[in-house]
Amino acid sequence: MGFFRQVFVIMAKDLRAEIRTKEAINASLAFALVILLLFSFAFENSDESMKDNLGGLLWIVFAFAGTLVLNRSFARELPNDCLDALIAAPISGAALFLGKALANYVLVLGVELVSLPVFGIFYDVRWARQFPELLLVLLLGTWGLTVIGTMSSALTVNIRLREVMLPMLTYPILVPALLGAMQLTSPLVAGTPIGPETVTWLKMLIGFDAIYTAVSLFLVETVLVS
Amino acid sequence: MTNKILYVLGALAMVLLARDIYVIARLPGEVEQGAIFKIIFFHVPVAITAMTAAAVALVASILFLVTRNFRYDALAVSVTEVGLAFLAANLVTGSIWGRVIWGIWWTWDARLTSALVCWLLYASYLMLRKAIDEPTQRATFAAVWSIFSFIDVPIVIFSIKWWRTQHPQPVFWGGGSFPADWGRIFAWNMLAVVLVGVVMTMVRLRQEDAQRELDSLRRTAHAI
Repeated sequence: MGFFRQVFVIMAKDLRAEIRTKEAINASLAFALVILLLFSFAFENSDESMKDNLGGLLWIVFAFAGTLVLNRSFARELPNDCLDALIAAPISGAALFLGKALANYVLVLGVELVSLPVFGIFYDVRWARQFPELLLVLLLGTWGLTVIGTMSSALTVNIRLREVMLPMLTYPILVPALLGAMQLTSPLVAGTPIGPETVTWLKMLIGFDAIYTAVSLFLVETVLVS
Repeated sequence: MTNKILYVLGALAMVLLARDIYVIARLPGEVEQGAIFKIIFFHVPVAITAMTAAAVALVASILFLVTRNFRYDALAVSVTEVGLAFLAANLVTGSIWGRVIWGIWWTWDARLTSALVCWLLYASYLMLRKAIDEPTQRATFAAVWSIFSFIDVPIVIFSIKWWRTQHPQPVFWGGGSFPADWGRIFAWNMLAVVLVGVVMTMVRLRQEDAQRELDSLRRTAHAI
């Protein structure tokens, strides 16, 4: 089996397992809804300055809800020692990591694409006006979230306080990616396309994704073996 | 032998620090900011020491992953802990300065935010270590996380700088002027602060060595 075929098999396996149990995705969606509700108490919706910060709000929802999916990624393999079997399987750690990351990517993107219209309805946002560019930001920001989250999931799977540790590890390191995604999303949901001022954020996001994908693929073997 | 070096360095650091504090206390206040300006003699050296500590932690982590020698892991954790303490000192001194000059303890300006994010990054490194019991796994995971964190530092600084800036421009590199004898005092205090950092790291390293020895004795006792 070639590398990409291995990646695909792992991804398909994870997605199949998730679609059959729906444990992570249901929890994640419900959690996204709850945070969207809580924000309505925290901020006055009629406030005009609120409109400039909607991107930030949206990404906090994505980051929080995404963690629930990512937490399950490696933890799902613990019963019946599936993780040991996966590590012993004749595939590289990089293929296992990439497969899992892609499965998480699809799931987190799914949660985001469902919460987006709900967000639009609750906060009276016409988010679809710049949809292609918004989708690009979603794709890039979510990949950053997924790579860091999947790596953290691999690091924390066997340790005490797993659920507590994952957000503690993920959010500080994600600061640049989340900041960039927020700065890009706020004008986009307000209907302003990406201009010369915001394009730097796009470049930064691409750089963040590329660097951490490369470093993760390089280091994941060390993590899985020990 | 190492103990002797440690005591000598420790004594030297204390003497130097006491002398610097005496000299700095006798300096006149700065023209615009008055006495509070003198906090720079500590604020900047602790920041530079903390950054150096992060770089040493990165090198030690990489060396651990390559050689699997636990001394490097001990160095990585020691220097990270000390660096975190120095970064905390940097944040606190900066906050005190901000309260006097800006009238507020904290503002979400570029450097303050970056320093806080870096502090959180390395705090998460220590938390990760605390949560893992098995030494090899702890050392490996921590080394990977140290590399991840270090890579993040320039991206954080760049992105947050893009976001906003209101920190006073550095005194030494462009903008502002610093009299020559103040520069000399600054250099001496830089040396004192770095020495304190080195001594603290060495003490911490000795603890790690003792801990490792204890663990191995315990394992031997269990085996018997």
